[in-house]
Amino acid sequence: MTELLNSIIQGILIGGLYALFAAGLSLVFGIMRIVNLAHGDLIVAGSFLMYSAASVLGLPIWVAALLVLPVMALLGYGLQRSLINHTIGTNVLPPLLVTFGISIILQNGLLQLFTADNRKLDFGAIEVMSLKAGPISVGWYAILVFAVSVATIWGLQVLSFHTRLGRVLRATTDDPEVARVMGVRTEHVFGIAMAIALVICGIAGVLLSAWTSFTPLSGPSRLLIAFEVVVIGGLGSIWGTLIGGVVLGVAQALGGYFDPAWQTLAGHISFIAILALRPQGIMGGRRQ
Amino acid sequence: MTGYTVRRYGQHHIWIGVLALLSVLVLAALPAFAGKAALRIATEMAGYMALAVMWNLLAGYAGVMSIGQQAFVGVGAYALFVLCGTMGLPLIPAIIAAGLLTTLLSIPVGLILFRLNGAYFAIGTWVVAEIFLLLTAQSQTLGAGAGLSFPAGVAKSFGTATERAALFWWIALSIVLLSVGVAYLWLRSSRGLALTAMRDDAEAAAGLGVDTKRNRLAVYLLAAGVAGMVGAVLFLGKLRISPAAAYDINEWTASIIFIVVIGGLGRLEGAILGTLIFFVLRGFLADFGAWYLMAMGAIAIVVMLRMPQGIWGFLHERTGIELFPMRRDICPPKGRAMS
Repeated sequence: MTELLNSIIQGILIGGLYALFAAGLSLVFGIMRIVNLAHGDLIVAGSFLMYSAASVLGLPIWVAALLVLPVMALLGYGLQRSLINHTIGTNVLPPLLVTFGISIILQNGLLQLFTADNRKLDFGAIEVMSLKAGPISVGWYAILVFAVSVATIWGLQVLSFHTRLGRVLRATTDDPEVARVMGVRTEHVFGIAMAIALVICGIAGVLLSAWTSFTPLSGPSRLLIAFEVVVIGGLGSIWGTLIGGVVLGVAQALGGYFDPAWQTLAGHISFIAILALRPQGIMGGRRQ
Repeated sequence: MTGYTVRRYGQHHIWIGVLALLSVLVLAALPAFAGKAALRIATEMAGYMALAVMWNLLAGYAGVMSIGQQAFVGVGAYALFVLCGTMGLPLIPAIIAAGLLTTLLSIPVGLILFRLNGAYFAIGTWVVAEIFLLLTAQSQTLGAGAGLSFPAGVAKSFGTATERAALFWWIALSIVLLSVGVAYLWLRSSRGLALTAMRDDAEAAAGLGVDTKRNRLAVYLLAAGVAGMVGAVLFLGKLRISPAAAYDINEWTASIIFIVVIGGLGRLEGAILGTLIFFVLRGFLADFGAWYLMAMGAIAIVVMLRMPQGIWGFLHERTGIELFPMRRDICPPKGRAMS
């Protein structure tokens, strides 16, 4: 019983990380109506940037982490302005195919640079310390990850609803044409949105780099998680991603509790079940 | 308005038809002058071509962006190993059964996933493929993660290695001819006109009374059936199957997307030309490993941005050439074609 409770708590905490995977995907989809198939690989690219800065260059963890984020922002703005902006239109295929191409290039580029070996960073003592309450014990690192995730999502919420940039982003989300007529430079706004999404990817990548081992080919499974979280939580809802992440995390934890091989499968099945029973997602109110 | 006729062939199409018939005959006679290795590559090409023709019908015409066709390739392949290898069903009925099984399976999958729009549908198909992979890897009867070998005794009952290669080639050739034939006849029919209208503008087509949902589902079922049969025959040739290979997204979807995009999305000829280009590139570059895949990704991006109609579409725009006549030209009474 205690073990089950521990699994569920672990599931809730990793749900925060899953919400981070999803937040960037959801942001980009909301504004540009495109799904970035390279999203998972960009999270993994964040992990490898962290690995390069911390392990290869030997920088302190905090410095390395803070270095990853601006690099990711630049990468996002650059990718958007140079490639993805040219694909945005009524047709859903061009953005999917171009981001698919980016995904293949990223995976194989990372493979060339870092080989297919498993990597994991060591953040030191925090990884083994745990908070004990009776029979229940929760790792401090998991709590930290959850806290950073919630703070990031809260930050995104504040950015969207309480800043000038957020107003421009939301206006572009509602109607890019009208926004352009009102003087919004949509190409630039799209670039900014992708930069924000990749900063979130970077945060997720940094947190992930010490949570579990990763390889250049870990991206697709991260993309699937991100996508499932967005659908479970409800399209376009910022807090929905947190709920979706927790639902998926707990589903995986329960599956893994009964049979370790069922961990991933239980997540996928919960996604299909939500899709069949409540296609608008848990937080999605409007039905299209 | 009397006297107007609709012309659906050009003069040269008779010659193209004759040429097509001749090439089919030559292809069917391939085992007479090609060795085992060449037949194996030809079999693989036929399988990829059938998948590409179907993916083109899905994405290029119906606007259904599936990146999960490996789900049906895998299920079809495993179905053959069980039906023919373990249960002893004769080969041809087993392959047909594999195709029927994947078609049936695609009905509930399609009905659930079609609730998602365009891009989200795409990833949904991938999740389904992952579920199939994980379920297969759980099943002890299917050999779990390690997979199955095709029983040597059953394989030997198909003949010597050379005879087998010929048999598998003829099956693959039949599947690709069936796929191209069905796609062609479908596109020329009134239902196909609806599909072509959807390719050009799905919303306008729906506004004019095209049942886009039904058409999408119909194409999805057909593509699933073909994928099942292709999986069956390709893994039969390998005589070995594992979940990772059977449900490989790179092999069964990424390569196919590359083929269709390079060849020409929304053109039947595009998938055929794309397959030829893909196999030539792969033959020359596959030794470069990751660089080869990066080059493929880069080529796909450049073509999508600079030449979104693909190589065949580009040729068609410049010259009006069509191997499979789809046009309807209205001819005034005196036989002078309107331009």
